Amino acid sequence: MNLKKITKKTEFYIAVIILVFCILVQLRSGQFFTNNNIVDLLRSMTIPMMFCVGEMMVLISGGVDCSFPAIASLSMYFVCTRMDGMFGNPLPYFLVAILLGLMMGALNGFIVAKFKFPAMIVTLGTSSLFLGIMQGILGSSEYPLTSALNALGTTKILTATNAQSGLTSELPIHFVFMVILIVATWFLMNKTMLGRAIYAVGGDEVAAARAGFNVFGTRMFIFCLSGALAGFIGVCRASMLLTVSPNNMIGMEMDVIAACVLGGVSLVGGRGGIIGAVLGTALMTIVSNSLILLGVSTQWSRVFTGVIIIVGTAVSAIQEQRRKKKLFVTVSAKPEV
Amino acid sequence: MNKGKTSFNMKMFTRDANFVRLFIVFIAVFIACCALKGSQFLNAGNFESMVKQFPEYGLLAVAIGLALLIGGIDLSAVYIANLSSIIAGRFLIAIAGEGASEGTVYAMIFASFLVAVVIGILAGALNGYLISGFGIPAMLATLGTQSLFWGFGVVLTGGSSMSGFPTQLASVVNGSIGFIPVTVVIFTVACVVVGLIVSRTVLGRQMKMYGTNNKATTYAGLNNMKLVITTHVIAGVLASLSGIIMWGRYSSCRADNGSAYTMQAILIAVMGGVSPNGGKGNVQGVVLAVLIIQMVSSLLNMFNNIPSACRQIIWGGLLLAVMIFNYVVDSRAKRH
Repeated sequence: MNLKKITKKTEFYIAVIILVFCILVQLRSGQFFTNNNIVDLLRSMTIPMMFCVGEMMVLISGGVDCSFPAIASLSMYFVCTRMDGMFGNPLPYFLVAILLGLMMGALNGFIVAKFKFPAMIVTLGTSSLFLGIMQGILGSSEYPLTSALNALGTTKILTATNAQSGLTSELPIHFVFMVILIVATWFLMNKTMLGRAIYAVGGDEVAAARAGFNVFGTRMFIFCLSGALAGFIGVCRASMLLTVSPNNMIGMEMDVIAACVLGGVSLVGGRGGIIGAVLGTALMTIVSNSLILLGVSTQWSRVFTGVIIIVGTAVSAIQEQRRKKKLFVTVSAKPEV
Repeated sequence: MNKGKTSFNMKMFTRDANFVRLFIVFIAVFIACCALKGSQFLNAGNFESMVKQFPEYGLLAVAIGLALLIGGIDLSAVYIANLSSIIAGRFLIAIAGEGASEGTVYAMIFASFLVAVVIGILAGALNGYLISGFGIPAMLATLGTQSLFWGFGVVLTGGSSMSGFPTQLASVVNGSIGFIPVTVVIFTVACVVVGLIVSRTVLGRQMKMYGTNNKATTYAGLNNMKLVITTHVIAGVLASLSGIIMWGRYSSCRADNGSAYTMQAILIAVMGGVSPNGGKGNVQGVVLAVLIIQMVSSLLNMFNNIPSACRQIIWGGLLLAVMIFNYVVDSRAKRH
């Protein structure tokens, strides 16, 4: 019974697909399960995974946030260039970036929650606004990273050397941030009243309001949280790359949303979980990073991303339809019994 | 009977109200342009360059407007435009050998235009099928195909821009019929056809009904799948026309030409009165919005001290402002 329940979950399928894909790459190249490749994968997963956690919460609440790369870029660029060398400690940079992100998220949240506009169009609009401020008013360009963040970026928790090829890969400290963030989000979504509220608002707004949840407040909170997280992640990204490259995160929103949906997070809200989101991101990262190992030209990576999004979302859409049909049949069959 | 007629008239009136509002904005923007940069704005050179610029994103705005009208969105339109011009470009280079006579080159160019339109039809049909056949939310389906079309474009061009087309290509697209540029003719014809479809045909009414409530159209016995696919095919054709215009204007094609147009096209469609929730809108509003945006854009060009990136602030801000404005007007109208 329990096993049957597990095999019905999207998470289970994604895990199976990841496993099959990994074995396939290993058979083809013999390079997948080497310690430096694994570390490389974990490293390149770090940033998308953190973004995905934030986006997952927004999606579950029934919204969508396309502006987080813009928020992350703008707050990162602001603190790294306008506060360059002001502090010897990385903490103030993070705090200011989080605060800036929070403000931008609050703007998103207010417009979406107050006027009930489609969140996607609103956040596309604010995204254009924030990027315009960064590129136009701040005149963004490549910039050297301030020393405090540089020191943080070079802190490694793990170094793996491939005995065969001699290549080394390092896992930066940001991986720890990612793990903490995932655990904290799991706790928030599953163990607190706020998490319940997020699921309730995403599932059925009217029902949530009748049950006594504050719909406006919950929506505001979720967009503020998403913005604050984006500010934090933006600084993480800069310190991981050891340079301030303002345009580096633009366009990530689509891959992140797709990763969430692949992991079973519903685009209309109310359903999904952190495990699915994590697995979805893992799948996206593994596929795009392993194309080279498979001997496929990197030019094809966009095509592959597209195919994954289409196939993954088609599968979950079909599952959804089946679920609905089942519901319909049981209800209509009742009178005959 | 009588009641039905009045409610229909009311609808006509509110629809016109939006158009009237847009027209006032249009006049206001025109006067503002004249007042701020009179001599620069009111000359033939400026009008010529304005007229050259708007058809390519205007067509995309109408395409995205159609997708919004049925309650969806089309994030892939720009990449349909690029992919169709890239494939048409490869086709043209493949068939146009050295030393072909003038007449055959023109025939080949028109054949490659046809190829572009066919690609647009196929791409639109794929979008429509993914949305209606599999039930994938429009945003995700077109996000996936965006990536797909972009990716194919990158693969076909090797990631760089493709050029080396016969010079006649540029002369066809940049030429004019009488004193009207070919691009404007394409834009006008496309808008009139789509405008008539939306406002005068059964198909157009069905689109709006589907956009308002697709469950109701199912129970009303409409073929939803056919409707969604048709809408996206029309959007695909419009996108491919835009691709042809961009191809001819720059005499080259790239997989990521005009990536900023998606945002701009959504802005124009919403500003033109297409409801982002679906079910409401018409083509004439979108066309007026295109003209307004083009004037604002040209005006901004005339100020040398405004960096072009600031335009993004204005587009984003305008989109939100227009949505909030429409919301306020609508809620006031409801109260009455």
